[in-house]
Amino acid sequence: MKELIKFNLNGKPVEITTDSDRLLLWVIRTDLGLTGTKYGCGESLCGACTVIVDNEAVRSCQTTLKDVENRSVITIEGLAVDGQPNILQKAFMDHDALQCGYCTPGMLMNAWAMLKKNPHPTREQIIEEMDDNLCRCGAHKRIIEAVETVSKEMGG
Amino acid sequence: MKDHNYLDIDFRDISANHLDRRDFIRLAGGGIFIFMIIGHFPSLLAQREGRFNPHSLPTDFNAFLRIGENGRVSLFTGKIEMGQGVITSLAQMLADELDVTFNSVDMVMGDTNLCPWDMGTFGSMSTRFFGPPLREAAAEGRQVLIELASEYLKSPADQLMTKDGIVYKRLNKKQYVTYGQLAKGKAIGRHATGKVPLKTPDQFKIMGKSFLRHDSFVKVTGEAKYAGDIRLPGMLYAAILRPPAHDAKRTSLDLSDAKKFDGVQVIDDGDLVAVLHPLPDVAEKALSKVKVTYDIPDSNLNDKTIFDYLLKVAPEGETVAVTGNQQRGEKDSVKIIEKTYLDGYKAHAPIEPHTATAHVEGDKITVWPSSQTPFPAKEQVAEALGFKLENVHIISPFVGGGFGGKSRNLQVIEAARLSKLAGKPVQVAWTRAEEFFHDSFRPAAVVKIKSGIDKTGKLSFWDYHVYFAGSRGATEFYSIPNSITVSHSTGRGEKSPHPFAVGAWRAPGNNTNTFARESQIEIMASEAGIDPYEFRMMNLTDQKMKRVLKAAADKFGWKPAKGPSGRGFGIACGIDAGTSVATIAEVEVNKQTGEIRVKRVVAAQDMGLAVNPEGATIQMEGCITMGLGYALEEDIRFKGEKILDLNFDTYDIPRFSWVPKIETVILDAKNDPPQGGGEPAIVTMGGAIANAVFDAVGARVLQMPITAERVREAMKQG
Ligand code: FES
Ligand code: FES
Repeated sequence: MKELIKFNLNGKPVEITTDSDRLLLWVIRTDLGLTGTKYGCGESLCGACTVIVDNEAVRSCQTTLKDVENRSVITIEGLAVDGQPNILQKAFMDHDALQCGYCTPGMLMNAWAMLKKNPHPTREQIIEEMDDNLCRCGAHKRIIEAVETVSKEMGG
Repeated sequence: MKDHNYLDIDFRDISANHLDRRDFIRLAGGGIFIFMIIGHFPSLLAQREGRFNPHSLPTDFNAFLRIGENGRVSLFTGKIEMGQGVITSLAQMLADELDVTFNSVDMVMGDTNLCPWDMGTFGSMSTRFFGPPLREAAAEGRQVLIELASEYLKSPADQLMTKDGIVYKRLNKKQYVTYGQLAKGKAIGRHATGKVPLKTPDQFKIMGKSFLRHDSFVKVTGEAKYAGDIRLPGMLYAAILRPPAHDAKRTSLDLSDAKKFDGVQVIDDGDLVAVLHPLPDVAEKALSKVKVTYDIPDSNLNDKTIFDYLLKVAPEGETVAVTGNQQRGEKDSVKIIEKTYLDGYKAHAPIEPHTATAHVEGDKITVWPSSQTPFPAKEQVAEALGFKLENVHIISPFVGGGFGGKSRNLQVIEAARLSKLAGKPVQVAWTRAEEFFHDSFRPAAVVKIKSGIDKTGKLSFWDYHVYFAGSRGATEFYSIPNSITVSHSTGRGEKSPHPFAVGAWRAPGNNTNTFARESQIEIMASEAGIDPYEFRMMNLTDQKMKRVLKAAADKFGWKPAKGPSGRGFGIACGIDAGTSVATIAEVEVNKQTGEIRVKRVVAAQDMGLAVNPEGATIQMEGCITMGLGYALEEDIRFKGEKILDLNFDTYDIPRFSWVPKIETVILDAKNDPPQGGGEPAIVTMGGAIANAVFDAVGARVLQMPITAERVREAMKQG
């Protein structure tokens, strides 16, 4: 059933009238035109679709629009600060922590949510937190290293 | 400047698009053009004759670079970027030889209207085949600029020098002209002659240095556009009806419930039934309302019985290499070992599933596909729609991983057909289940090896038969006096015995062949009671391989011991795409459960000139990480023509927690031509891990993946 749903997307209020059971992934990518969030498996198994909802990394392929009503959603497009890559994006660039780049938005969002909660994770914690985000190109080693540097540089 | 130095360019032949010269110059922006030939182009063209009008293709070049009047340099190539970093290493080579800054190079890739015909991008080929001709073309371009500058500055050419896109008078640097100024108002071109000397390694400023990816900014900000990110006005998303098995026969079809959805367009075109909707999730939901029944033929074929079946149907082999005399070799042997090695089907499983966005307008079509082969895609689309070839335009967006799997273009044809039928732009984005179902898997294969050692511990003979993996990497490179390598079919093409499509998978065939050969080598070493490193060294005369192996052993800190030593160390050597690689793995095996943990992997490779050492290192790390999957876990389960693994819950690919400590060494070989780097380091992973498991617990697993269950089984057999 069509409903008016309000939420906050990358710092801006959004209103959308659509079936509230629809999955956030498709609403973001299609209705709202932000294509940085990717589909990889549709079953919560790969993490390519990860976004941050109220500081939690969630899989937008398993989250309905209803689930984010009146909440705040951040996608990869909302990570940069004043058009400049944030500290984690920069670390990914500096470490060459990507190849095809398709898993990258999900990796960044998952890692960013972790760093927000725990600014100084150990290597073991990074691996544990990132373990359900899949990368087929094998960029894992560099992703860990990128997150580790940020873990050293983060304040708080 | 004599005009006869330059070709009169008929730009029509560049794009096969019958643009007139003015149009092309407008599209390309005018300037100075240098044309080049990559690979064995004439023979590739010859293969295509007959299918399409060969006159619509240029016959004397398949890539070109342009120096524009804004001073920017563009390389036009039909290759695509799918993570292998070619976008960066090609730009480096070009910038260095032409004497421009790295940042002034633009790459125009995989656009069939702008780039000359190209067969496709397959892993290791790009840097290797591109390297020498691209450098020659760039050097030629620099030569042309000097000639033009000589006239412009009224100075003999030998008194000019170039730097960062500017030609200076050697003795008076205040007198100069930029490349952009020289290109202004020009539309001239020349073929690379190969006669202009190239820079020597000590003159390199950009090549051989590490550069960050050309494309990382757009990839970390979500701006990078992949095929599924294309949005066109009025575009519909397709959800396509799939059978449960490849050989399933449809017995009934009822589309009425699907048609009830608001805004839905249902297409029934025989073998292609699809539901289209402006929202992809609604299309998917409507598809689930289609009522359909199938007959699925019964079959005894599955992932366990496949190997016997393959051996049963295997054709006579083809000898790919032979030395000496096998019988004499057998007679000289004090020990003979005969083993059979098995390897199951593997999925490519790129995180981006196959996708294509197609837009038919009248008798013309534009497609944005995730494809490793945009030019073949163009031909396939023309054929499927009955369109003129020149009316098909393929634009290559970023590709989210290929590994050999994105070459068939099934999804491209689906999108093209649906767009034509619907009269609207259509996007086809496969679900993960469709991706597994329609993958062209790495083929299951069998290798049989019989080999012997003489009383000095040297390999005396080698009898190698590979069934259905193909001969890439099959020929041994040890110095064995009596050796024969026979390949019994690649299993591809019409006579394929496989129940579904198979195809190239990162270093096709070589993973299976190297696993078998290197396992057998360590079995022989162990039988001879010789340390496996020492055993290889005494049986190798290939100096390049010896250097590579030594480099890996030095980095690892190898201490001699005969296997199984209990330490869990395993070696494997391999050659792929001209590159020699040696890998040493350290594993820990749980004696109760058989579970393997790979703790450390050291790999060394000699790939000739490493154009972008950082890029090459990343590729090696990627190979090692991806290789853990096929070595330890990945195996497609199936029953008949039904695929049982349809998502990552049952088909496990490498994760962060699997990743060992990775150390890589690239041997310095600046004076040798660049060789492949995207694939070699993956071929040794199976062998290195199998050997490390044997070294740890004395269990010899002869089948990949080397699962915990197979380790337990092998331990029992002791
Ligand atoms: S697409 Fe959501 S987890 Fe894979
Ligand atoms: S970079 Fe390609 S899937 Fe991770």
